[in-house]
Amino acid sequence: MTANQSEAVEFENVTVAYGHTVALQDISLRIARGEFVGVVGPNGSGKTTLLRTVLGLTRPTHGEVKVSGVPVNRLGTRRRRIGYVPQLAAIDPRFPVHVLDVVTMGRYGEIGLFHRPSAADRTAACRALERVGMLDLADRQIGQLSGGQRQRVFVARALAVEPELLLLDEPTTGVDPATTGSFYELMHQLHGEGITILMVSHDVGVVSQYVDKIACLNRRLVVHGRPSEVLTAEAVEGCYGCGALFLTHGAVPHIVVDVHPKGKPPHRSPAAHLLEHRAKE
Amino acid sequence: MLQILSYTFMQRALVASTIIGIVCAVIGVYVVLKGLAFIGTGIAHASFGGVALGFLFGWNLILTAALFSIFGALGIGVVSRRGEVKEDTAIGIFFSASMAFGVLIIGLLQGYNIDLFGYLFGSVLAVTQEDILLSGALGLGILIIIGLFFKEFLFISFDQEMAQVVGVPAALLYYLLLALMALTVVISIKVVGIILVEALIVTPAAAAYQLTDDFKRMMTIAVVIGVVSSIAGLFFSYWLNIASGATIVLTSTLIFGGAALLSPRRRQRPVEAPGAEPALGLEPATDGEKAPSSYTEL
Repeated sequence: MTANQSEAVEFENVTVAYGHTVALQDISLRIARGEFVGVVGPNGSGKTTLLRTVLGLTRPTHGEVKVSGVPVNRLGTRRRRIGYVPQLAAIDPRFPVHVLDVVTMGRYGEIGLFHRPSAADRTAACRALERVGMLDLADRQIGQLSGGQRQRVFVARALAVEPELLLLDEPTTGVDPATTGSFYELMHQLHGEGITILMVSHDVGVVSQYVDKIACLNRRLVVHGRPSEVLTAEAVEGCYGCGALFLTHGAVPHIVVDVHPKGKPPHRSPAAHLLEHRAKE
Repeated sequence: MLQILSYTFMQRALVASTIIGIVCAVIGVYVVLKGLAFIGTGIAHASFGGVALGFLFGWNLILTAALFSIFGALGIGVVSRRGEVKEDTAIGIFFSASMAFGVLIIGLLQGYNIDLFGYLFGSVLAVTQEDILLSGALGLGILIIIGLFFKEFLFISFDQEMAQVVGVPAALLYYLLLALMALTVVISIKVVGIILVEALIVTPAAAAYQLTDDFKRMMTIAVVIGVVSSIAGLFFSYWLNIASGATIVLTSTLIFGGAALLSPRRRQRPVEAPGAEPALGLEPATDGEKAPSSYTEL
């Protein structure tokens, strides 16, 4: 047993650059086994890229990402213990495929080539659907679902492999408030079962009620720690570049200023804050 | 009617067009769902260089065309995946280059009696016994490989990146799918020609897509439409004494038109166009729990 094995995910000086554009710069972050971590930050701050490096979909230009102490590119079949819920918009909702098929696809790596899904695979898929409250819609074509229902199907697909690590990219974007509530309830349960969760989100306010730790990202890791400790005006300013910011992503505009208005005049121009912050660096 | 069937050329033509009707429709389902239509056109054009080379050296044209189109397919796939140029740009470069190469060689062969028109637009009546055996064997091979990787091909068509995430060899299978499409193009050249082959791949699958939301049913319907268009098109072309490849293609187009008119999808609850991302901040807050009011019922 090495000390590393208590860490579910480790980022060591991770830098990702696409050509001349730096998406992530020198990120070092340790996520303990069983921890629930929320990743927040403005658009283009590298949140999605951070998840993609854990999945091996994006390779760091410098540095290394380890999962359970093993570098991501050497994970082999252990990679299958990672569940991933990508951002909603990526798929064609008219694709002729049914809910249960989509969830079973989550197990195709496990099933392997040349084999058909077994009864056990179907059972696992149904169990995952039941957890997200979608079992009664298992026979629906995915195009007949609402955005929120479809998102729950993708959560079920990620759960179908019984993951040790769950990565979610803005899972509540475009989802109605009631569904969002039950979604966080599910995350809370999974967290209780010891699953490590890394969730990218815009709802700083909501996320901070559920997570153990929060990581504010703006290409650099601005701050990482318990929400109550790190969600200070300075931190959010450092992360978003301004004190007050409306984020209209998907359905509901989120007001970041809600989480930290500690006497700062909210009407100062965002640009002024940004400059101030840069000067401090 | 039955008298036609006593001609050997007509028997061969029927067998050949039935084979490619089936194979094109099956591969076409993936082409339609994964959005590979343009790359398919590129591959078909790329095979022209191979056809010309076959003429030059007197080799079997199907084999040289297969070589060119498979390398064309993989070239396009590799160049675009490495991100140096966009995929449609890569297709533009490769297929024009291969066609230009073919034109150059055909120019060198002036004076030979080459049925260029037949290769470009199909000449089903020139199908030989050897062609049938070759396309039958290759067609069967294509179907078997699709059967072996059936669930994986479905997954990468639906969501290539998630397939990779869960541990399916998605990139390799994508190249394999391109290679199978290239082979499908090649065995269809004699019947419908390089220029028209893409229609026979895309149209039956696109028609089937209008009629069902079940993947296996879509494939079955596509095969039926493909075979019906091939056979009916062949008879029409015989009776009306018009070009066979073009008639087959236009028959499938007619069927597509009918399917689009009858489509239950037109009556279904509206869904966003594939790939369309909702503009930031413009999405309705209920997010489709109710049908958007902008939708006009047909």
